[in-house]
Amino acid sequence: MTGSHQTPGMQLVDAWVIAYARWVIRWRWAVLLACVLAAVALAGGGRFLGFSTDYRVFFSEDNPQLRAFESLQQVYTKDDNILIVLQPAEGDVFTPKTLAALRQLTEASWQLPFSRRVDSLTNFQHSYAEGDDLTVEDLVPARLVEAGAALTPERLEAIRAVALAEPLLRDRIVAPDGRTTGVNVTLTLPGESEDEVLEAMAATRELVAAFEADHPEIKVAVTGLVALDAAFSEASLADLKTLVPAMYGIIIAGLLIFLRSLAGTVATLLVVGLSAASAMGLAGWLGILLTPPSAIAPTIILTLAVADSIHLLVTLLHAMGQGADKRAAIVESLRVNFSPVFLTSLTTAIGFLSLNFSDAPPFRDLGNMTAMGVTAAWIYSATFLPAFLAVVPLKARQRPAEGRNDAMERLGEFVLFHRRKLLWIMLALVVGLGAWIPRIELNDQFVNYFEPSIPFRVDTDFAMENLSGIYQLEFSLPAAETGGISEPDYLQKVDAFSAWLRARPEVVHVQSITDIFRRLNKNMHGDEEAWYRLPEERELAAQYLLLFEMSLPYGLDLNNQINVDKSSLRVIATLRNITTRQARQLKVAAEGWLATNMPASASEPTGPFVMFAYISERNIQSMLFGTGLALVLISLSLILALRSLKVGGLSIIPNVIPAVMAFGLWGLLVGEIGLASSVVVATSLGIIVDDTVHFLSKYLRARRERGASPEDAVRYAFATVGRALWVTSAVLVAGFATLSLSAFEGNGSLGMLTAIALVAALIADFLLLPPLLLAIDKEQDHADAPDELPQVVD
Amino acid sequence: MLTRPTSFHRWWTDWRVLAVAFLSFGVVDGVQAETPEEKGRAIAEEMDRRDLGFEDSYVELKMVLSNKQGESSTRELRLQTLEVPARETGDKSLIVFDHPRDIEGTAFLSFTKILDPDDQWLYLPALKRVKRISSANKSGPFVGSEFAYEDMLSQEVDKYDYRWLRDEDCGPLSCFVVERYPLYENSGYTRQVVWIDQDEYRAQRVDFYDRKDSLLKTLTFGGYKQYLDQYWRADDWYMENHQTGKTTRLTFDNWEFRTGLDENDFDPNRLKRLR
Repeated sequence: MTGSHQTPGMQLVDAWVIAYARWVIRWRWAVLLACVLAAVALAGGGRFLGFSTDYRVFFSEDNPQLRAFESLQQVYTKDDNILIVLQPAEGDVFTPKTLAALRQLTEASWQLPFSRRVDSLTNFQHSYAEGDDLTVEDLVPARLVEAGAALTPERLEAIRAVALAEPLLRDRIVAPDGRTTGVNVTLTLPGESEDEVLEAMAATRELVAAFEADHPEIKVAVTGLVALDAAFSEASLADLKTLVPAMYGIIIAGLLIFLRSLAGTVATLLVVGLSAASAMGLAGWLGILLTPPSAIAPTIILTLAVADSIHLLVTLLHAMGQGADKRAAIVESLRVNFSPVFLTSLTTAIGFLSLNFSDAPPFRDLGNMTAMGVTAAWIYSATFLPAFLAVVPLKARQRPAEGRNDAMERLGEFVLFHRRKLLWIMLALVVGLGAWIPRIELNDQFVNYFEPSIPFRVDTDFAMENLSGIYQLEFSLPAAETGGISEPDYLQKVDAFSAWLRARPEVVHVQSITDIFRRLNKNMHGDEEAWYRLPEERELAAQYLLLFEMSLPYGLDLNNQINVDKSSLRVIATLRNITTRQARQLKVAAEGWLATNMPASASEPTGPFVMFAYISERNIQSMLFGTGLALVLISLSLILALRSLKVGGLSIIPNVIPAVMAFGLWGLLVGEIGLASSVVVATSLGIIVDDTVHFLSKYLRARRERGASPEDAVRYAFATVGRALWVTSAVLVAGFATLSLSAFEGNGSLGMLTAIALVAALIADFLLLPPLLLAIDKEQDHADAPDELPQVVD
Repeated sequence: MLTRPTSFHRWWTDWRVLAVAFLSFGVVDGVQAETPEEKGRAIAEEMDRRDLGFEDSYVELKMVLSNKQGESSTRELRLQTLEVPARETGDKSLIVFDHPRDIEGTAFLSFTKILDPDDQWLYLPALKRVKRISSANKSGPFVGSEFAYEDMLSQEVDKYDYRWLRDEDCGPLSCFVVERYPLYENSGYTRQVVWIDQDEYRAQRVDFYDRKDSLLKTLTFGGYKQYLDQYWRADDWYMENHQTGKTTRLTFDNWEFRTGLDENDFDPNRLKRLR
């Protein structure tokens, strides 16, 4: 590290860096001021940072599933909903008290912001015949509830019988056991502001709180798509509140243990803090909205930024420990670290920037924000850190120059002795773990994205267990012509399709207008059960529809199920808590049924669940190119920096296999993964490559400068960087493992997978890379010319 | 019953209206003894008075429904109205559908009530039966359109409470802006704001506010023509739903007045024999 074997190329860069370092020390106050001002200016954008409150943010504008769903919503209605689930303690919904409370809640729900429609047991439009009179009224009319005593046991039984037999209600609005019911509020959000969802949810919670205060005996849960939207912003906020402090805690502990320098710890904290603040502020200036994936950017930035400072401080403290004065040590530290810190920052930024190829915009944001943070960290490490260290008092313990790496040297000897065995063992390990990758199942049940610390998860699980599903498949079934939905043949087929769906084990409930036609046919024939069947003439069906539409109240129209010229119907299947793989299978089966039985109406099922069912696959596909490009760019950077095609090319192996091992281990131990899987390879690549850079650069330095044999060069690499790799890996593993505390499941998987990949990378660099080097690098061909010596090494 | 936030809105509106009214005392010279409520009602009375005595009317309507994607659908129907002079009773009306084909001949008869559910009968030709419909609902969409039944038919004075808000220009005309509050408990609206021109007391525009007092729809009237030198009728009614983006246009054609209809023509038992 003394630079005694300097070459002309290195000297040029070194001379520049030394001049720069002296300039920074001389103008330290100006540099400090400039850095702080820049950070403040950038961080000022933080006030524009908001949280996205729309699940659609996970889908790019040209996502085919999103487009299909949006066009369906244009034809019918755009339905975002809030489902308020009620379960009275007495175990029965059909009591005068509960029905009165339900009616009250139903009425009050019309007042929720953006509400357009409210459906419940009490305002269900019950139709029945008395001779040639057709009555259409609320299933639980006001006159009964207000009179109180009018809800006689007989009347209650009648209501129960109607509700539990009604296909529109059973398994959707009321559980078949009559214990649980729900008020479904349909909202139309204008989509002008992110606050709409929060406003609607705040009003709902207020309403629910008041309801719970009046009816403590009724358990209430709130779910639905609007609650989902709100949960995304709540999870983001929760992550910022828990993960960032946790990360600071880990960094402080790690720094104090490894650096044993208070000033160094403070300096590092300032650098990482400024980096994260600058990146987040810049994101605010750019108008990026935070989502659960991108809200972990500050945590990741803190983790990554700390490495730059550690490298600079370790060298600096080491130089001071050996007797150098502070300023000389600062210059020396910058000289030996300037290039490697630049290179590792560059590769990390490339890895994260490749997320721009993701189909899910939140990951693009995560990539860009992290890349900005990593760049900021590099800049502050090269400016703020030396300037700050130049002005604060700094002490380093006197240390013995050598002999601290006994353990690492023993590991080096072990690897050299067992090199062949290790090659085979590592190969077997990689193949053995890799074989588990196909076992990984992609699953994006979006409710499970949230940890139980988010109320949405708990409430939705409750709703799914007690009332109905939240996942849906929506079908728009075109008829032959305008008004064609009344054709008996078409109605029969829609009905058969509904029956087919109902028979599927994955399906809880099917909403189909054919059930209304049956009921009306019965009503128009004096409520005779035998007439509970589809009308057999087009005119009759059309006239029933006209009649029914005439008698519906405000908001409870059929426009959500019938298109404007009555040429297509919307059928909605509500599903059990199934995985997205099962959902994809059901979708394919349903498409198959339609293609066979009503080819004229064949159409693709849509809905939020369908969108999420394909999100991982689609993102993996879009990220394949991005990840490949990152690998190529990073490998090229290494080849250029190391100035060796052979060794740089070889580095691809230890850079790629950690991801293989990590996913293999995941397949073995966990088995299921969602959206996060698509980006892990790209993000971890840029980080794990740092270990390889450090190891290879030391190896090459020994080969080139010292003319060492490959064996001795491996010994030298272990002795010089072995411990540093342990330390930085430990900090990074701890940092990414912290993400498993996230309220958002995808962040946890991302963190754990990256942490596993980092451990695997360390194993690969210690146990696989040396045998590989020894296998391809023979004694006689250390032919690298002196002027090609690496510049990046310390 | 619940205390709805509506009452708050009304209270708030009251205050604003009072404030406006109070301020205008200082500005407007002709200090009137009338309250805004009285003035609003007086305007409605005048509108009603000017429309008295048409006896009966016949008109053909075309209804074009459009959704956000621009898909549209057409219905055609004939509307006959019998004026009922008694103030406590609304007019009688008979609608016969001509298009689309599958509802051709379907007839809808209603006797408008002021504060109670209307009496309604429907004749379904495919069933060959007249059905009496017992339903409190007047606010649902009329044949899937953006018009509620209550938007289309006779606007009896006593269906609402009124409040005059202000006078303002409406296009080339000057309008009274009057707010009215449905008294019918199953109405879908908390209030409507009506623009009425001062020349002829014709409704020019209505804003409908839903149960949570958000702007729901706007109805614009166009193509007013005068019949029998007295009765103004708009040829073009355009309803726009602000929440769903759907629209409905009603086009009126071939107005006839005093055609000699009487009670017998509005007898439910005669629906079957209509053509």
